[in-house]
Amino acid sequence: MNLMKKILTAAVASAMIAGTAQAAISNNEVRIGYLADMSGTYRDLAGPNGLTALQMAIEDFGGQVHGAPIRVLSADDRNSADVASSTVRQWVERDNVDMVAGMVASSVTLAAVRILEQNDKLGIVSGSAASSITNEHCSPNHIHYVYDTYPLAHGTAQAVVQEGGDSWFILTADYAFGHALEADVEKVVLENGGRVIQKVRHPFPTSDFSSFILQAQSSGASVVALANAGSDTTNAITTAGEFGLTQSGQTLAALLLFLTDVHALGVEAAQGIQLTTGWYWDMNDETRAWSDRFMEKTGVRPTMVHAGIYSSTLHYLSAIEATGTDDTQTVRRHMMDTPINDMFAQNGIIREDGRMIHDMYLAQVKTPAESQNEWDLYNIVRTIPAEEAYRPLSESQCRLVNN
Amino acid sequence: MSMIFGVPVAVLSGQLLLGLINGAFYALLSLGLAVIFGLLKIINFSHGAFYMLGALLTVVLFNTLGVNYWMALFLAPLIVGIVGVLVEYFLLRKIANEDHIYSLLLTFGLALVIQGVLTNIYGVSGMRYAIPEVFRGGVNLGFMFLPYYRAWVIVAALVVCFGTWFMIEKTKLGSYLRAGTENSKLMQAFGINVPLLVSLTYGFGVMLAAFAGVLAAPIYSVTPVMGANILIIVFAVVVIGGMGSIIGAIVTGLAMGVIEGLTKVFYPEAASTVIFLVMVLVLLVKPAGLFGKEA
Amino acid sequence: MMTPISENTATKRYVENALRSERRHFKIYAVLLLLALVAPFVVYPVFLMKILCFALFAVAFNLLLGYVGLLSFGHAAFLATGGYTTGYLLSTYSGFSTELAILLATAASTLLGLLFGVLAIRRQGIYFAMITLALAQLVFFFYLQSPFTGGEDGMHGIPRGALLGFIDLQNNLMMYYFVLAVFVFGFGLVRRIVHSPYGQILKAIKENEPRATSLGYNVDQYKLVAFVVSAGLAGLAGSVKTIVFQLASLNDAHWHMSGEVVLMTLLGGVGTLLGPVIGAAFVVSLEHQLAQSALGNWVNVILGIIFIVCVLTFRAGIVGEFQKFFKKNFR
Repeated sequence: MNLMKKILTAAVASAMIAGTAQAAISNNEVRIGYLADMSGTYRDLAGPNGLTALQMAIEDFGGQVHGAPIRVLSADDRNSADVASSTVRQWVERDNVDMVAGMVASSVTLAAVRILEQNDKLGIVSGSAASSITNEHCSPNHIHYVYDTYPLAHGTAQAVVQEGGDSWFILTADYAFGHALEADVEKVVLENGGRVIQKVRHPFPTSDFSSFILQAQSSGASVVALANAGSDTTNAITTAGEFGLTQSGQTLAALLLFLTDVHALGVEAAQGIQLTTGWYWDMNDETRAWSDRFMEKTGVRPTMVHAGIYSSTLHYLSAIEATGTDDTQTVRRHMMDTPINDMFAQNGIIREDGRMIHDMYLAQVKTPAESQNEWDLYNIVRTIPAEEAYRPLSESQCRLVNN
Repeated sequence: MSMIFGVPVAVLSGQLLLGLINGAFYALLSLGLAVIFGLLKIINFSHGAFYMLGALLTVVLFNTLGVNYWMALFLAPLIVGIVGVLVEYFLLRKIANEDHIYSLLLTFGLALVIQGVLTNIYGVSGMRYAIPEVFRGGVNLGFMFLPYYRAWVIVAALVVCFGTWFMIEKTKLGSYLRAGTENSKLMQAFGINVPLLVSLTYGFGVMLAAFAGVLAAPIYSVTPVMGANILIIVFAVVVIGGMGSIIGAIVTGLAMGVIEGLTKVFYPEAASTVIFLVMVLVLLVKPAGLFGKEA
Repeated sequence: MMTPISENTATKRYVENALRSERRHFKIYAVLLLLALVAPFVVYPVFLMKILCFALFAVAFNLLLGYVGLLSFGHAAFLATGGYTTGYLLSTYSGFSTELAILLATAASTLLGLLFGVLAIRRQGIYFAMITLALAQLVFFFYLQSPFTGGEDGMHGIPRGALLGFIDLQNNLMMYYFVLAVFVFGFGLVRRIVHSPYGQILKAIKENEPRATSLGYNVDQYKLVAFVVSAGLAGLAGSVKTIVFQLASLNDAHWHMSGEVVLMTLLGGVGTLLGPVIGAAFVVSLEHQLAQSALGNWVNVILGIIFIVCVLTFRAGIVGEFQKFFKKNFR
């Protein structure tokens, strides 16, 4: 069955190459748009350094694909759906951009992929967390590459419950992403025999978390979970440390934490926190080698988003090279049929809903004694296999999946 | 355990105390704004940026020169104060006779520049600053665990607030200041250097913001954008208190901290909105704010 | 004036002057309209539509700030109400008529404007600004919490529909001319108001409110009407903007948006009819160009510098300074 499928695809692909040998690449140039928050809250996890990662991928690919030069456009989305929408519209309608990469805030991503679908161009989402992007909002025109809220909730919550943390206090950022994360966590906790004592939703953004930490302390829950992101999470962790939350026997679980966040917190404040990540720079020789090159250019270690941008761009370019065209559906088909094996993922597969599934990792922040240098931050505790990590297709609400 | 609206009294008293501590921050910040508006009629939209600058300087001075917390407590506000004096001298002075709205626009632009430049240098992930050694740990009050540092924050903030109030309302320097800004020609004739007084007042106002920033550095993530969101809340506090009223800013700051703290228990989603509700209600009943004089 | 002139001559001269400036203005408008008609063949139409929507928003805002002297810091609420109402109607009821959605959205923000106005209109200066800000924050909270808006994610994929049932707005060019028509209507309305006797009273109130009161005018009522019209037009701008971009998001309701419209108006020239239009075009193009340039992460810094320079050197705004220059040298 599988073999049949492969042979068929190969045949189709070669037929396509034969049929469209000339002028297969529109405008004789492959144009990639990089859209991300360059100046606001989400700047550090993707931002300007994400553009560097993208350019590294193009360099490593040789600067051209199938004989055509590769051009990169970039824009600051200012975390605004408006800006995202008008930028992407202009890119695809006027500048003939073939693929849009980056995309962090979910409002930005949702706005961008709508337009990509209308114009049949490709989007590779690396920064966003919302699992809805390949669930109810899935489209044949985008791929969600690095991570989403489903594995974040499952990886961390499951591990914590299994270690005996059975009563939960969930502190949620009061917007769509937080709600999604909260719902996912609650489900996992209940499935694993735990219970949720209290859920509190805080305004986004919040700078003072003392009141919420106090509520968490007096709730008597054994686990305090943070379903928020960015400076909200780091502020909450700092305050939890100040109020001695963990000393009094409660466990702190941060559901979304980027390397840059942990770096900002420092191991002193963040030690022992468990988190789920899609990638870590210090996993093996390959990841270290790439991270060294990245650090040479940017001065910082890459987050999983940076690595994902690099990997997905290479995968995209390889698909164009192999099929000889930048036609969106042909390229996407080829990307789906080719497993991803590089420094970012082993045997990563892009499913029909656009979700790239790959192994995720449960990590724990090192103690000051263990940490050798400022970027030596995680111990990888467990590898969560791809099939287990992501929402199974059988539960999918995506219209591209036959359920 | 006794309960109020389904919340244990112990929890409630903890929240009240925390609200008061947050209120102390609001009081410090709105005090600076009130001084600047009350005496100079400048709508200082870069107040949040100066607050951030105080916190950022604390971290950067420590990381680069090893300046400790106590020195930073004086040094950071001093540096920010000097920056403030320069801003007044080179920028705000040029539009002193124009409509207030131009000072708003100018300081807003300035805030964008300061925040933008620092974002490009330091990123937005936030920097950590350790709580000074003497304030590590805390005390169990029975109803809550109170970190020593928070206790210090409220003491330091209140001392500075009431010191400022005393200086402006009760001392000779304060009376010069009030007179100088109300009738500068007359005071000039008396031999008082009014332009200098104006520069120093602005410098002093932003120093208060920077002082709040230093106090905030060990407990909040220090990022170049940390002052952007607090700005309009602090503005609301000043308006509720009555624009320009020193005591109004202090009292309202504390009160808003408490109200916000209680909202965080009963309707947490609305915690950052409740102040605006209070503001609408207050302005409907008392058009010039709680402590303001009707024009 | 030293030489005595009879009243008759004075009136005549006044009328002549008015007519001449009217004619000159007419020429300017004609040229601008012509430019606007051919622009989509040169410039990317969606970008032009964005400018037009914000220009209408700024024109509406300027009716208050420039001609009544009221600084509203809550106009984002009206923009967002226009946008969300349109979005809700068009995406919930499939096949809902686009023009009806726009009308209802404008009505909704007009009503909201009436509510704001009744509560705020008696306040002066900074208090007026702050109470409108506070009310707008409450509206923001409402949109943040209401499930129908999609919260932080916003409303996406709102259908553009067809105008009067047969003009397909999915076509960018058609859409553009429709937006242009709406803009011309809004601009024309404000111009009509400003030049009407009612507009003269507004100006009198701006110049000296106690005098207007003592002349027997019900000042609050005049201000209220201006506020409501301004809110309605801002809602119209938000409604059209939602149709153009097919999305409505919280950005429109955020206080930054209220700030942005102040900046556009001041930069272009407060109290001039064309000022807000130029200001909106300038700010939108600048943000657009910078965001996509290598200076992407310096957008805020550059905007900040421009505002500082604007306040220090050309406070009357682009159009205002131009008029001053023109008056000084050519009259």
